[in-house]
Amino acid sequence: MQRSPIVVLVPIAFLVGLYFAVFSSVAEFLPALLNGLTVTIKVAVPSVLLAYLISVVAGLGRLAPIGPVRWASAIYIEVFRGVSLLVILFWLYFVLPEFGLTMSAYTAALLGISLNAGAYGAEIVRGAVQAVPKGQYEACTTLNYPVWHKYTRIILPQALVIAVPAMTNMTIELLKGTALVSAVTLVDLTAAGVRQNQMTYRTVEIFSVLALIYFCLAQVVRFSGVRIEQFFNRHLGAD
Amino acid sequence: MPNEKIRFEGVTKRYGALTVLDKLDLSINEGEVVTIIGPSGSGKTTVLRCLMTLESIEDGVIRIDGEPLNMMERDGTLVPASTGHLRKMRRKLGMVFQSFNLFPHLTVLQNCAEPPVLALGVKRDEARKRAQELLEMVGMSDKHAHYPAQLSGGQQQRVAIARTLAMQPDILVFDEPTSALDPETIEEVTSVIRALAVKHSYTMLMVTHQIDFAHDISDRICFFDKGRIVEQGPPAAVIDAPSEARTQQFLSKVAQAR
Repeated sequence: MQRSPIVVLVPIAFLVGLYFAVFSSVAEFLPALLNGLTVTIKVAVPSVLLAYLISVVAGLGRLAPIGPVRWASAIYIEVFRGVSLLVILFWLYFVLPEFGLTMSAYTAALLGISLNAGAYGAEIVRGAVQAVPKGQYEACTTLNYPVWHKYTRIILPQALVIAVPAMTNMTIELLKGTALVSAVTLVDLTAAGVRQNQMTYRTVEIFSVLALIYFCLAQVVRFSGVRIEQFFNRHLGAD
Repeated sequence: MPNEKIRFEGVTKRYGALTVLDKLDLSINEGEVVTIIGPSGSGKTTVLRCLMTLESIEDGVIRIDGEPLNMMERDGTLVPASTGHLRKMRRKLGMVFQSFNLFPHLTVLQNCAEPPVLALGVKRDEARKRAQELLEMVGMSDKHAHYPAQLSGGQQQRVAIARTLAMQPDILVFDEPTSALDPETIEEVTSVIRALAVKHSYTMLMVTHQIDFAHDISDRICFFDKGRIVEQGPPAAVIDAPSEARTQQFLSKVAQAR
């Protein structure tokens, strides 16, 4: 089996990161960065899962035969695509309390990111569902599939495969977008880097490590996406 | 007097200004094999699609076993059919598509065993057993663990036929079942369909361009042009000795192409 270049790249990236850690007194700022990384992951992982859920629900809602459901989905998608993530975060954390709705910084971050990414994801899901050949829908009709099974057993499994590359893209965007949560007082990887820079002035080392960590995280997402695609293509592809 | 199974009464189908079916009247008896032939765009496939409720109709009634398909009776008047009514009526019908439309993410066996479980509430074990038998019948049981993409067109179509039969319909509808196939694999599909027509005496409505095949298995041939039946009757009349000029013209074109 031919190895993807990524299998080689990820360990190399880690080794380079390790080099910095060992050889340029990175030890003084690395623990803080790792704390930041923990926050980033704690925000990113649930946000990704919630964003996927929202994507499917709003994406299907966009195609629903019931008018109000369709309109609600369309409004949600347009609002959260149209407003920048930073502004959404400000609204959730600083504006909503003015109306009596208070939430923790972590909740605001999680909600803001997943609502923003979910709006993009919904359009990906909608496109993918529409890309499933018409014949599949007709086969469901003639075989009398109940609507629920038609979507869960036939249409969505095929649509999600179509959606994987675009969803991978969205997930990487989401991951990098988590850097904005410092706006609502969370100290994530980027915020930790900025703070350590102010304290230690190890600018080159800090931001190189930061870049490497983000790169590696993105590669993990990309690699998972490729594996999921391979898994499905074995059944769906021509070969 | 044979039982009337399907009846089209003045069925009209339009796409905008284009009239695809023009007050179609057609009646098919139980166990009868009827084949529709005719030029492209004559509305042949639309007849099947309207019957399968894949298309709405603008006027007229389609009846199955005397019961309206796209309408239902309520308080003595006909109202548009509910989803439940359509579901009930469709249980009598099974369609085989030109492009097979197998589910690509399911194995051959799952393709045949899952629909009866989900749509008819058949028990899983029972559905699997029946699917195995049907795959045996169409000569595909050795490929039960394959995915559709791993099969040839002829093999996919045979699986699609087994999947349709798994739903235990009374009426089989074939929409150009061999048009998407390599010439070499046509025979394996036509022999399965022939067996269904002859041995199992299903009521069948078919659209095909295989005139010889239609001649072989049909009780009646309908020649279609511009959304109307130009001529109908036993194959020996319509194909061998057509009386209408339009039918003669079409058949001579087909003969030339062969």
